[in-house]
Amino acid sequence: MSGIPHDHYEPKTRGEKWLHSRLGIVGLIYDTLMIPTPKNLNWMWIWGIVLAFTLGLQIITGVVLVMHYTPHVDMAFASIEHIMRDVNGGHMIRYFHMNGASLFFIAVYAHIFRGLYYGSYKAPREVTWIVGMLMYLVMMGTAFMGYVLPWGQMSFHGTAVITGLFGAIPFIGEAIQTWLLGATAVGQPALNRFFSLHYLLPFILAGLTIVHIWAFHSTGNNNPTGVEVRRGSKEEAQKDTLPFWPYFVIKDLFALAVILVVFVAIVGFMPNYLGHPDNYVQANPLVTPSHIVPEWYFLPFYAILRAFTADVWAVKFVSFITAGIVDAKFFGVLAMFGAIAVMALAPWLDTSSVRSGRYRPMFKAWFAVLVVDFFVLMWVGAQSTDFPFDWISLIAATYWFSYFLIILPLLGVIEKPLAQPATIEDDFNAHYGNPAE
Amino acid sequence: MFRKITLSAAIALGMTSGAALAAGGAEGHVEDYAFSFEGPFGSYDQMQLQRGLQIYTEICAACHGMQFVRIGTLADEGGPALPEDQVFAYAERIEVFDKSLADGEGDFRPATPADKFPASALAGAPDLSLMAKARAGFHGPYGTGLAQLVQGMGGAEYIASLLHGYEEAPECAPEDMAGSYNTVFTAGGFPDSCKDEHGNHLVPGSWIGMPQPLMGEDVEFADGHSNELHHEVQDVAAFLMWAAEPKLNARKEAGLTGVIFLIALSVLLYATNKRIWAPHKGKKKH
Repeated sequence: MSGIPHDHYEPKTRGEKWLHSRLGIVGLIYDTLMIPTPKNLNWMWIWGIVLAFTLGLQIITGVVLVMHYTPHVDMAFASIEHIMRDVNGGHMIRYFHMNGASLFFIAVYAHIFRGLYYGSYKAPREVTWIVGMLMYLVMMGTAFMGYVLPWGQMSFHGTAVITGLFGAIPFIGEAIQTWLLGATAVGQPALNRFFSLHYLLPFILAGLTIVHIWAFHSTGNNNPTGVEVRRGSKEEAQKDTLPFWPYFVIKDLFALAVILVVFVAIVGFMPNYLGHPDNYVQANPLVTPSHIVPEWYFLPFYAILRAFTADVWAVKFVSFITAGIVDAKFFGVLAMFGAIAVMALAPWLDTSSVRSGRYRPMFKAWFAVLVVDFFVLMWVGAQSTDFPFDWISLIAATYWFSYFLIILPLLGVIEKPLAQPATIEDDFNAHYGNPAE
Repeated sequence: MFRKITLSAAIALGMTSGAALAAGGAEGHVEDYAFSFEGPFGSYDQMQLQRGLQIYTEICAACHGMQFVRIGTLADEGGPALPEDQVFAYAERIEVFDKSLADGEGDFRPATPADKFPASALAGAPDLSLMAKARAGFHGPYGTGLAQLVQGMGGAEYIASLLHGYEEAPECAPEDMAGSYNTVFTAGGFPDSCKDEHGNHLVPGSWIGMPQPLMGEDVEFADGHSNELHHEVQDVAAFLMWAAEPKLNARKEAGLTGVIFLIALSVLLYATNKRIWAPHKGKKKH
């Protein structure tokens, strides 16, 4: 499947041949599991399996939670307490599901930044990258709608704030907001549809996962050197690769087990640490919490949303030339979605012919700043909008856009890359020694 | 009299209230009580929960309810673990409204362990079922939550500190100020006369709607346990923590089992990984 020459499944027994001529399922599984994988993959290549596991965990725990949950504004909160108190193991299932969202986002951010550093988005892997970005959007939508379901204070007022963003779209914004909520305000129709979509979207995510894997199995994995696997012959390819099973499955499972030690410790010992205490107060439309802060995984983009206030010159300028149609609120919404859009466009914005950041000295420094910038945005997203936080978020948000729109295109022209290893085999042997010696 | 009790308690203990005043900021000072249920190995103290239940029943329940807590769970292992006959006796003393009685008209009847605690009797008195979890964020929305992480501080500390935080109103406050002055509660009313020209609060806390519920020596414990204020507030806070998180003991046990199992699995997978990769790696050069 991957264009890398390798052995394919050969049905041997009569039964296998019978099935294979009717449905090539065993061959498909064989080719998927035995795909030649660059043998120099490092520990940043384990997040995919963590993500796949977490999706499974969320679907399984979620399906059980739905058996006991009631999507009604008067009963949702009580049904969560029913799960926490009366359902056998319900408290563990719910805490796994709740913290599973955090594990999901930790893994996806590590996965995305790995891709950004090693140039996994570059040709010929643009489709894998774009599908991945779509998956990230679906994940965010799912997480947001899931947070609404317990119908606590933060669920309710967070929903009002986030759907209010769509209200900022000129002319049709209010209509869109009403259409999303099924009413003019957050209430029963919104809870029902978010519940329905929260159940649906994970399966779309599962479908996109298959497309994502299909895409990078078509091109072959990237690897820390960014150098492609030699494809001249099967023998040549075998010097650069090892089959996914068992070499990478076992390696990934080991990493997953270590990550799960931390995850289970958080679920067992401090399951509410990452959540908002306010969500243990039943939703009350008449009492607005003094501070509405999104979950930690939305904070970087929430910070970008809030960074562009009406007194920023860029906002004033855009507002002026659009005759006030794009006001500060809409500008912020555009910036938030734009921050993800520029990331999705990275394959075309990065002009460097060298794939891996390992051989790009200038890129390394700018990338390090981007990582710091991401954490600064995450931190400042939870702060107030007073001085100095307004300046910090503006500078950090500006850097985010500058990295993708200015630095990436420019670096490819001015940077002098280091020498890359000729083959993956050379890189592997330089690290681990040549087994032939 | 309030003042006398509060002051003597503060002097006698030399802790919470004194420390709060010494801090002098607008932030309420939350005392880091050492609860038995903190940390990965912590669990509820059954006797403390029973004392807390007594305080809740005799004092708090006059106004507050716990509508999510089933009375029968008082018998649960890892909770107050009352004997079954005591739970039945406890339930019988509570009147609940049953919609199925009187031909669908509904009527009051004595509760059974299958019933939940009644909702708050007083409008404005919040339900206490989840209070200990809902008030875990006293460090404010911009706080790091490090105190929670490092010291295991949470809603129980906040509740105990708040119940211990009542003091005589400072002199800057007007006579007719509504509510009771509390050094820990920050979400209540605050008179302008207690602010400086920049709007900074000159005294900690604010004015809370709830009059001081516990004075010390409010209940008599059958086993003769101390009923001093600083003991009472911890007992009732521990009980409310149990009410909010009744499966805490089971959860921590499950967490510990899971962590041990996964560490063992990690070791096995590490060894497996080493072994299958070994033929493909040469001797390390560095």
